[in-house]
Formats: sequence, C-alpha cells, structure tokens
Amino acid sequence: MDFFLQLLIQGLSIGCLYAIAALGFVMIFKSSSILNFAHGELLAIGAYIFLVISVWLNLPIYLAFIVTFVGSFFLGFVIERLFLRPMIGEALIEVIMLTVGLAAMFKGLLLFIFSGNTYVYPNFLPAGLTIKIGNITVSSVYTATFLATIIFLIVFGLFFKYSSQGIYMRSVADSQTAALSLGVNVRRVFALSWAIASLVCAMSGIVLGILNGINVHDLSKMGLKVFPVVILGGLESILGAIIGGLIIGVIETLVSGYFSTSLRDVVAYVILVIILMIKPYGLFGLVEIERV
Amino acid sequence: MKLRLRPCGNYKEKYIEELAIFETDFGRLWTLIGLIILFLVIPFVVGSYGIYILNHVGIYAIAAVGLNILIGFTGQISLGHGAFFGVGAYTAAILMSKVGFPFIPAVIAGGVVTAFVGLIFGIPSSRLKHLYLTISTLAGQFILEYIFVHWKSLTGGTEGIILPKSTIFGYTLKSDRAFFYVIFVCFVLFLWIAKNIIRTRYGRAFIAIRDNDQAAEGMGIPIFKYKLLSFGISSFYAGFAGALWAAYMGSITPEPFTFILSLEFIAMIIIGGLGSITGSVFGATFITLINEMLSQLAAYLMNLKGLAGVAMTIAPLREFFFGLIIVLFLIFEPRGLAEVWRIVKSSFKLWPFSY
Repeated sequence: MDFFLQLLIQGLSIGCLYAIAALGFVMIFKSSSILNFAHGELLAIGAYIFLVISVWLNLPIYLAFIVTFVGSFFLGFVIERLFLRPMIGEALIEVIMLTVGLAAMFKGLLLFIFSGNTYVYPNFLPAGLTIKIGNITVSSVYTATFLATIIFLIVFGLFFKYSSQGIYMRSVADSQTAALSLGVNVRRVFALSWAIASLVCAMSGIVLGILNGINVHDLSKMGLKVFPVVILGGLESILGAIIGGLIIGVIETLVSGYFSTSLRDVVAYVILVIILMIKPYGLFGLVEIERV
Repeated sequence: MKLRLRPCGNYKEKYIEELAIFETDFGRLWTLIGLIILFLVIPFVVGSYGIYILNHVGIYAIAAVGLNILIGFTGQISLGHGAFFGVGAYTAAILMSKVGFPFIPAVIAGGVVTAFVGLIFGIPSSRLKHLYLTISTLAGQFILEYIFVHWKSLTGGTEGIILPKSTIFGYTLKSDRAFFYVIFVCFVLFLWIAKNIIRTRYGRAFIAIRDNDQAAEGMGIPIFKYKLLSFGISSFYAGFAGALWAAYMGSITPEPFTFILSLEFIAMIIIGGLGSITGSVFGATFITLINEMLSQLAAYLMNLKGLAGVAMTIAPLREFFFGLIIVLFLIFEPRGLAEVWRIVKSSFKLWPFSY
C-alpha cells in the first residue's frame, strides 16, 4: 500500500508537469485550432533563454524571469508574423506541416548552439515548499509546479471566460470566417495568442528544466507527450489538459512501478489510441456536430 | 490512327479524352524515351555511388507516392509512415532470415502485412477527422517504434536482423546495379498503378472525400470504406518500399524508422506537391539529394584538419535546413515542385507569346 501511495504521489507530480507542459499547447489550439508540433521546441527555447541569463550571464533570478517572459512573448509574436500569418486561410494540413517544419528548424538550431548536453539550473526555490505526508516527501519543485498550475488555471480560465480578448480568441477558434465578418481582428488575435502561448511555454520549460535538467531531445519529446494529455482531456479544455496530465502521469508511474519501466514511454500512446476509439473528443472536449 | 498533337484550345468531345494519361502522343514518346534512358543508359553511365543514391531515390519515391495517395488525394494526414516503412522492412527481414522465404514473396508479404497494420491505425478514421486522426497515426508511430526495439525474440531488438542474399529466379542480386533494375521495375509498376488508381472510381472517391467529405457521403460514397482503402493502399506502398529497402541494405536495425523518417516522407510530398504523383517522385529525389549533400558536406569537413570540430557542430544544421526547406516551400510554393515543373513546361510551350 505504501508503495502504491508513493507511486501515486510521484505520478501526480509528474502529471502536474505534463499538465503545465500542455497549457501552452491548448492556448494555441483554443484560439486558432492549430496543432502545434513545435511545442516541445518552444518549451526548450524558454528554458534555454532562462539558462543563458540566470546561469551564464549570472544575473539575478527575478531579472532572468522577466527577460525570459518578455523574450518569449516577443518570440511568439515574431513566429506568428513571419511564418503563420502567410498561412491564414490555407488548408489545415499545410499549417500543421508548417509547425512541423518550424519544430525541425528550432531543434536543429538549438542543437547547433547548445549541443545535446544536459544543463542544470542552480536550485533557487525556497525550502519551505517541501511537504511531508507521512513518510513520503514531496520535493519543492513539485509543489511549485502544482501552485503554478493552479494559478495558471485560474488566470486563463478567467481570461477566456470574461476578458474581451479571450472571447475574441474563442470566437476565432470557433469559426474564422464568422469572427472576421463580425469585426474581430483575427490577425491580432493570432499574434496575441501565439505570444501568450509562447510565454506559457517558456514558463513550463523553466519548470521542466528545474526538475529534469535542460536537454533539447528530452524537451522536444515532452512536446509530443502533450498529445495524449490533451486528447484525453479534450483539445479545447484547459481544465481537461490538467486532469488529462494528472491521469497520464499516474498511469505511467503505476505501469512503470508494477510492470516494466520501458513500457512507460509507450503506455501514454496506447491510452491515446484507446481513447480515440471510444471517446474521441476526450473528457471535456467539445463534440463537433456537423450539419449539411 | 491520327497523331495527336496539342491543340490550341479545348477540343475534347468525350470523357475518355479527359481521362487520358497522355494528352498528346508526344507525352507517350517522352515517357518511352525516359524509360529507355532509365533502364539502358543510366545504369551504365552513372558510377556505383550514383547508382546507390538512385536506388534510394527509387525506394523512397515508392513510399512517397503511397503517402501522397493518402494525404494528397484522400486528405487523411498520416504521421506514422516512417514506422509503416519499418513494418515492411521487418516483415521482409523476418520472413527471409527466419522462415526462409524467397525475395519476391517476402517483399510482397512485407507490403501486405503493412497494409493490415495501416488498416488497424486507420480504423479511428471511422469517427475521427483531420486533427484527431493525425494524432492517432502519431501514436501508431511511437507504438510501432517501441515494438521494433522491445519485441526482441521477433525483431532482434537494437541489434537488428541480418538478411540472407536476395535471389530472383535463381539469380542472386549481388551488385547495386542488379538491385537498380529490381527497384526501378517496381518503381515504374507502382507509379503506373498509382496513376491508374487515381482515374478510376476509387481515385475519384478519394478526391471527393478530400474535397468535402460530407458532400461525398451525400453523393453516396461510403466514406469509411474508402478512407480505409486509402490507408491500406498507402501502407502497402510504404511496406513494399520498406521491404525493398531491407533487402537492399542487407541488415536492419530499429534506428532509421523513427518519427524523423515520417517527417521526411511528409516533407517529400509537400515539397513535391500534394496531390501529384510526379510531384512525389520529384520530392523524393530532392530530399534524398539534400540529405546526401548535407552528409557529404559534414564528411568532407570532418576530413579537413582543424575543421573536424566544426563538422560535429554542423551535423544538427541538417535538421535545421530540413525544416527551413519545408517552411519556405509551404509559404512560397505550397503546390510544390510539381507546380514549378508545370510552370516551366508551359512557359516553354507558350514561348514567345506567354500571355
């Protein structure tokens, strides 16, 4: 039982990471229904900016946070302006393939600059965040992740529900043509949503970097791991992404604890295929109803 | 029998004329000349390294044509074709080395088994559309990759399988040149089949589904059946190409059949042109040449004194250029090399009054 509990808590912590990694992905999907295959690379870029500023340039942590967030916000803007804007109105497959191309570009560039080594951040989280439940310790990183996830959930939930920009984003995701005809500035919505998503990705990247170290290959793999998570939760739902992340995290740790560690990489995708066959729109996704 | 030349205007009177593969007899002539050059001139003019590259182009082109039937003509995106290619390769390798199948049945079995695997991952297409289906094939890619590495008793794990020499009708395929003939006979055959599938009722059903699946269903096309059929055909092509590749390379490991290979296949058909059979061949040629050039460049720098370090750091730039090429094509010429080729051809045809 103790073993199970330990696995459960470990799984929940890893699930939090998946959830936080999935947030930026859902942001982009919600506002433009683009599957972003460059997601893992965006995580990595954020993590590397933070690394360069906080460790290599040795600037204070709060400054590093600010520069990373501003930088990645701007990066998202630039990506949208240079690559995504010419694709407005093109077929979906071409836009998706564009993000695949972007992923290859970014990955190549990051490998060229930083090579495939793993870097680590110094530990800067306060020790008070470490929680002890019985004889199981939850390290401060996981608590921080959990808190960050909750804060993001609330902030973005409110943003999408009440702010005018959030409502514009939802309307654009629903139907670009209808949004355009109602006077929504679709270009600005796209630019903003990429910028915000890139910012969220940077934050997730930093959290992931604190926990596992920063490695281009690992982070880009994490970007693909996001797919089972968001499909389980439903592509449009931020709450779904978080719950999906937790479920996938728990199942992965349980499988690797009770069966075999090598299965852990693939079990998420097996779950994904099963979900797609029985409940394609996930737990909280919108069911598309088509009428002719 | 009148020689058909290109008329100045549209004088077609029957549907059969619209459906003809060759609009003029010149097209037929050029194809014949091309085939003669391909089989009688090229193998004797090009050196062994050139033959090696051409063989790869031929194999990849078969797989790319198959993928184009699925993505370009039916509109179903598959991110798992790298793994499907691998399934074909492993099937042929296992059948040839462990069961003792001869070359031809093994290669065909490679295609058939892969077609079945493709059908399994195509089943979600009954309820799912674009995005969700794409993700299901992505899952297929990772699950198959896992099986290649971890089902050791069958696939030999990371050590892979060594294949026996391939023989056709008692003749052992030893040289690259012998394989050149095998590969390009298959290449021409598969191209011809693909070209003909597209103009039959099946092909037109695929295109109808791509353009508007609701309208297609409204017109009485059973979409699920045709989507699955498209998955099956496309996986058959990939598996057949994979089996040829395994026989040609002589040994296989799980290494090449990763997500990157799937992306390369997709890059081939996007660069070549979605929904164009000839385009897939252009794309396969382009990508193989780029790959070969970049690795040659890295190898060249590696041999220069003092630049070996540079060569090591340059290796990841291969991926960068790959991505860059995909992005540039998508933004500036979404219809790919096939469209460039058409423009070049028509500007010749209309010269000097090109307006």
